[in-house]
Amino acid sequence: MLLRHTPKEIKERSALTVNPAKTCQPIGAMYAALGIHGCLPHSHGSQGCCSYHRSTLTRHYKEPVMAATSSFTEGSSVFGGQANLLTAINNIFTIYEPDVIAIHSTCLSETIGDDLKQISEKAKEEGKVPLGKHVIYCNTPSYVGSHVTGYANMLKGIVDYFPESTGKKVDCLNLISGWVEPADMREVKRMAKMMGANTIIFPDTSDVLDAPQTGRYTMYPKGGTSISELIASGNSKASLGFGEWATKDAAIKLENKCKVPFEITDLPIGLCATDRFVQALSKLAEVTIPESITTERGRLVDVITDYQQYLYGKRVALWGDPDQLIPLVEFLLDLDMKPVYIVSGTPGKKMAAKLEKLLSEKVPEARYKNGELADMFLMHQWIKNEPVDLLIGNSYGKYISRDENIPFLRMGFPIMDRVGHSYFPTVGYMGGIRILEKILGLLMDKQDADSPETSFELVM
Amino acid sequence: MDAHLSERKAQIITKGTGESAIECSKQSLAGSVSQRACVFCGSRVVLYPITDALHIVHGPIGCAAYTWDIRGALSSGRDIYRNSYSTDLREKHVIFGGEKQLYQALSGLIDELKPKAAFVYSTCIVGLIGDDVNAICNKVSREKEIPVLPVQSEGFQGSKKDGYKIACEALLKLVGTKNNKAVSPISLNILGDFNLAGELWMLKDYYEKMGIQINATITGDGRVDDICNAHQAALNVVQCSGSMMHLAKEMKEKYGIPFMKVSYFGIEDMSDALYEVATFFKDDSLMTRAKKLVSEELGKLLPALSFYREKLQGKKAAIYVGGAFKAISLVKALRLIGVQTVVAGSQTGNQDDYKLLTELCDEGTILVDDSNPNELSAFVKETGADIFIGGVKERPIAHKMGLGFCDHNHERKEALAGYEGMLNFAREVYSSATSPVWQFTKLSS
Repeated sequence: MLLRHTPKEIKERSALTVNPAKTCQPIGAMYAALGIHGCLPHSHGSQGCCSYHRSTLTRHYKEPVMAATSSFTEGSSVFGGQANLLTAINNIFTIYEPDVIAIHSTCLSETIGDDLKQISEKAKEEGKVPLGKHVIYCNTPSYVGSHVTGYANMLKGIVDYFPESTGKKVDCLNLISGWVEPADMREVKRMAKMMGANTIIFPDTSDVLDAPQTGRYTMYPKGGTSISELIASGNSKASLGFGEWATKDAAIKLENKCKVPFEITDLPIGLCATDRFVQALSKLAEVTIPESITTERGRLVDVITDYQQYLYGKRVALWGDPDQLIPLVEFLLDLDMKPVYIVSGTPGKKMAAKLEKLLSEKVPEARYKNGELADMFLMHQWIKNEPVDLLIGNSYGKYISRDENIPFLRMGFPIMDRVGHSYFPTVGYMGGIRILEKILGLLMDKQDADSPETSFELVM
Repeated sequence: MDAHLSERKAQIITKGTGESAIECSKQSLAGSVSQRACVFCGSRVVLYPITDALHIVHGPIGCAAYTWDIRGALSSGRDIYRNSYSTDLREKHVIFGGEKQLYQALSGLIDELKPKAAFVYSTCIVGLIGDDVNAICNKVSREKEIPVLPVQSEGFQGSKKDGYKIACEALLKLVGTKNNKAVSPISLNILGDFNLAGELWMLKDYYEKMGIQINATITGDGRVDDICNAHQAALNVVQCSGSMMHLAKEMKEKYGIPFMKVSYFGIEDMSDALYEVATFFKDDSLMTRAKKLVSEELGKLLPALSFYREKLQGKKAAIYVGGAFKAISLVKALRLIGVQTVVAGSQTGNQDDYKLLTELCDEGTILVDDSNPNELSAFVKETGADIFIGGVKERPIAHKMGLGFCDHNHERKEALAGYEGMLNFAREVYSSATSPVWQFTKLSS
């Protein structure tokens, strides 16, 4: 019982986070930047930040994760980090030869007040940025928002720098990807291709964080959105951002900058969210929905119909990021399951409003909280008061799963103890089937393990 | 592309080419993809295994999130140390200060969990926003009547190694504060083993078999009361010289406890650790028992090792670990199983350890301090290494290049110390270096 000290009684806490359901902004910025081809993320702060983010991403992906750091010292924290950053930019272009350096700040450099815009301009003036190379940046103070905010801020940084408008729109749709796995980005591209849509997707971590073993180590794997695509995105006729928390700000910025109108949909997780995504894609790219897509949809619906008896009324607790949780809750409801507890450390009032709308009638007993003090400790307390049949979330749920003997589906970030999340999508109709397969597998395994011999069945 | 920047040249030498001693203990270059971490990281990993203490991170959430149960340091007692407690500072605290937040969090947690002591880790911005962490700790300590120790580990003060020292300073505040334990004149403290995969328990067992009382284990499977009584031991045995040397030196100064630097990796070093301790106590029966233990262990181990030595003969290894002292043991342990070390490096080695390491290595071995993935992959290619020994960030690089890998850091899943550990190490090196997967790395055309 690792969490044996979690008390059932829920006391008011005002100043303490126990076992967080979030992490800090910079890691999101780093992840997003890895979705640009030939980009080296750069952490403007102490050495440890960069090391932690790289280690965490490595644990999740089992892939090399490259990023540089300004290596702050006592001196830089007193006199500012400008000198460190200028040296860093020079050193990075000399030795690591990326096409892009994507700088994000940290709580330290933000509190000191380093001006990334001014420093990166100065680097350019001083000739530290070779011709044809780029330095982009974003502010990611760790004491605001969460890792999701950092991801969103890096997307804004990308849009701030690259897209250019020639004034002539071309037949192309920007797909601005929320925080999903490389496999999900690949799946979205596959679906867009099936629909015959001409698209630019950014960021795109497929073929970066799921790179093949080739017997060679390459600092910049072949994946990632190319610079020419990022520049061209300013001429696209529209943008579709999937995942509001992660993409909306960037989509607005692109509209303001290059007059590219946009729509935002949920991450295409589950049936209805995928329906809306496909419809939006069809509308904005001006393509029809092909039969092949409808067939995939039909397969998902077919699986649901075949297994509904195992799903009905099952109570689910889930945690993670709002962009994932909202469509997932909707999907669980469509499966006739009961999402009863939902926690996210990521702030944003919209989450409660959206969940309220989804849950108030169908699961009035549901409890949900996001932002400050919404953590895994609270989740565990809720579960102790009334248990659930299934947990869905990142690896940190394994303590609760073990202590309370509840089946546990790993989804989200980080997943440090299972394989598959970077290879098999959970978005789209096929992703829906995968989620369903996993849920049913867990529930049925539990039924098999717990049922007495008399009711132990071969056919399920 | 040059493998390394000119500023780094003195931190890379090749043995036998007449280059002068390696440079080390330098601040990393800004812009390097350094494998190093920060002061906070150093303090946190060292203190983290104290199982019955409360560990609370004062700062924004990241530092607590990234260090939540990442080190496989096992406990035979409580496990509150495996949770993540943070004041989760927000923008308003950065502006108005986070002292109130810290006070409330600490008080509430101590009431709830009744820990034996509390460690409060300061992260980067705490110093900048001017929180008086010392004052809060003192206040809570008075009110709750347990030691509440500030760990002033603001990340920017340097690298991980500097954090070790700060952790030792915090420990020193505990040492000598209690005298409520019966301690034998033949007793020692184990310093610098963190009980990864239960290694400490093996070592404890060896020493106890020799007839020595283990007083405090600092910090693997650590207990606050034992640390408070640590000054009563006759000897400090220090492993992982980087992290605990400061504590050992200070305890010598303050309490006159002698210390001895040992390593538990590989047969030679492990046996030396037992013999040297026996010699220290000038007790023949201890030496007799140590010899018996070693011969029994070797009697089991050597026949089992010979298989691996035969299979691994002629393989080459690249080592990149936290400290250079560990690299020394690894070179010897690898030699024992027929593997030659061709690259040896560390994040934070010191001059003395590098000197020993250089002497130990074969001609042509590349020695490197504070390296990065580009350099490491170039060295591997240059030397034709077959296996890489490193930590979490090195593994996927090695795998991408088609090299076997053994984690000799936090993420080891099997004990690598002691005699049993040597066999595990050999098995892990063998299984990875000779895995059938390496024949599939390229599709034959």
